[in-house]
Amino acid sequence: MSGSILAVSHLYKRFAGLVATNDLSLHVNPGETHALIGPNGAGKTTLIAQLQGELTPDSGAITFKGRDITGEPPWRRSQMGVARSFQITSIFPQFTALANVGLAVQARAGHGFRFFRNAWRDPALTGPAMEALETIGLAHRAHIVAEDLSHGERRQLELAMALAMRPALLLLDEPMAGMGRQDGQRMTRILADLKKDYAILIVEHDMDAVFALADRVSVLVAGAIIATGAPDAIRNDPAVKAAYLGHRS
Amino acid sequence: MRDPLPPPAPPASPSAGALLAANWPILLGLALLALVPTVASALDNPFYIRLFTRAVIFAMVAVSLNFVLGFGGLVSLMHASLFGVGAYVVAILAHHDYESTTLFGFAGADDLAISIPLAILASALVAGLSGLVSLRTSGSYFIMITLAFNQMLYYFFVALQQYGGEDGLQILGNLHFAGLQITQRVTFFYVTLGVLAVLLLLFARLVQSRFGVILRATAQNERRVVALGVPPLRYKLAAFVISGAVAGLAGALWATGQGFVSPSDLSWVRSGDYVVMAVLGGMARVWGPVFGALLFVLLEAFLPSWTDFWQLPFGLVVILIVVFLRGGLVDLLGSGTSGKGERT
Repeated sequence: MSGSILAVSHLYKRFAGLVATNDLSLHVNPGETHALIGPNGAGKTTLIAQLQGELTPDSGAITFKGRDITGEPPWRRSQMGVARSFQITSIFPQFTALANVGLAVQARAGHGFRFFRNAWRDPALTGPAMEALETIGLAHRAHIVAEDLSHGERRQLELAMALAMRPALLLLDEPMAGMGRQDGQRMTRILADLKKDYAILIVEHDMDAVFALADRVSVLVAGAIIATGAPDAIRNDPAVKAAYLGHRS
Repeated sequence: MRDPLPPPAPPASPSAGALLAANWPILLGLALLALVPTVASALDNPFYIRLFTRAVIFAMVAVSLNFVLGFGGLVSLMHASLFGVGAYVVAILAHHDYESTTLFGFAGADDLAISIPLAILASALVAGLSGLVSLRTSGSYFIMITLAFNQMLYYFFVALQQYGGEDGLQILGNLHFAGLQITQRVTFFYVTLGVLAVLLLLFARLVQSRFGVILRATAQNERRVVALGVPPLRYKLAAFVISGAVAGLAGALWATGQGFVSPSDLSWVRSGDYVVMAVLGGMARVWGPVFGALLFVLLEAFLPSWTDFWQLPFGLVVILIVVFLRGGLVDLLGSGTSGKGERT
């Protein structure tokens, strides 16, 4: 699709007999929040991993901002503006929250072959890092070591790290995974705020959040997209009900 | 691997008092070491100077190893060989100088101002080439590949018959540093102590720099570092080269002080000893391994006079420290990883 920030066309990924991604095509428009839903094992995380570059598709193409990035290594995709938050929280447990985000700022700021100046006291790093923490509502916890943060706070921290990369596209893999109701609602509010500024592809099981946030929803079953459309249309799609939503009630 | 540092830094510089509180053990340790020649001459026992020179040089290797081990999460078993390359460069250049022969058309050198930089360069080069291969692996594969490199280099020097092969190479002639006589026993001890102090300062800066932060982050969660847009291999390689260069410097000083090098300086057991020193001393702090090296060298020197089976109590000491002081001797000195305060 021309004009879209991310376009995936005819993507295939196979693991020894299991087809994890099956002729998958989708696109994300600028400013759009696109939700990806589907039952467990549908291949949602596998797709995110291919978009971020951790996994290489067997065939098909991924275009980001009009450039074919199918063969680019993950770190280069990140530098180009693809930021991923992980399903299982992935942070630096022995650094403080601020240092975690500072590292993301540093990654954006170019190479890290600076050997002498103290990075923890470099306002060029801590300034933007603090900003990202404020955006996400974690500034008051900036100096806490990450492993001492609560689960919900770590999920927020992970998001702050993604924001500090100043990405053009956020790939969010179940940002509310494992969160209680209160934390989940809080995260939904944060994301509702972010969606004004970013193109987002979000995988989420929390249907309330999905229908509140998404501009469009794609339904993934057994590696293939069976429906894409506005949230209301998806909610009422009989095929989707049968394949997915029906399991929940 | 538990990363040590940084509680982070409120933006202001830490007060001198905070720095002192965090680093008093090493400041005290270096001050006591500076007294060694005085005490040794009072006891009329120059053996102590030799012994502590050995400890200080091994401390340099253990500190350089810990830079990649404690901060980079890379268990290298080839640091003895990197040390040995540095030592052989000094010895071989001195050999050609003494014999007035040439090596690949170049004259030898008895000037350490020439041979030490070349030794550092040679070790850095070897670290870089072996790192290019070994750093593509991780975990136990990395350990095994570095061990293999260590053995390759060991047998390389065993095979060099013109430089003594298995018997090693004696340095004849008079080594000097740009005309300065530094090989006299007491002078040389202070030279090595000064070099160690400078290295500690440099590494302390390094682990807090942007480069050091990336290295430590890579040890904690490499996948995340990649996802942030940082390719980790080049940083690990740079760290390995820096570490190898310092090991080479230590080897060059070793050759200078001993007047003799042999392949046993490159033995893989020695590589393991450096790991033990780093673990004993404590990997969470840049200076932790200094205490590990001191304890190691002292035990190795004095236990044999007590029993022929000295390796038994030696092993017990190592086990006890690892079991009861999980952060190494640094924990015993009360400035280990348990308190999450300002670290340097």
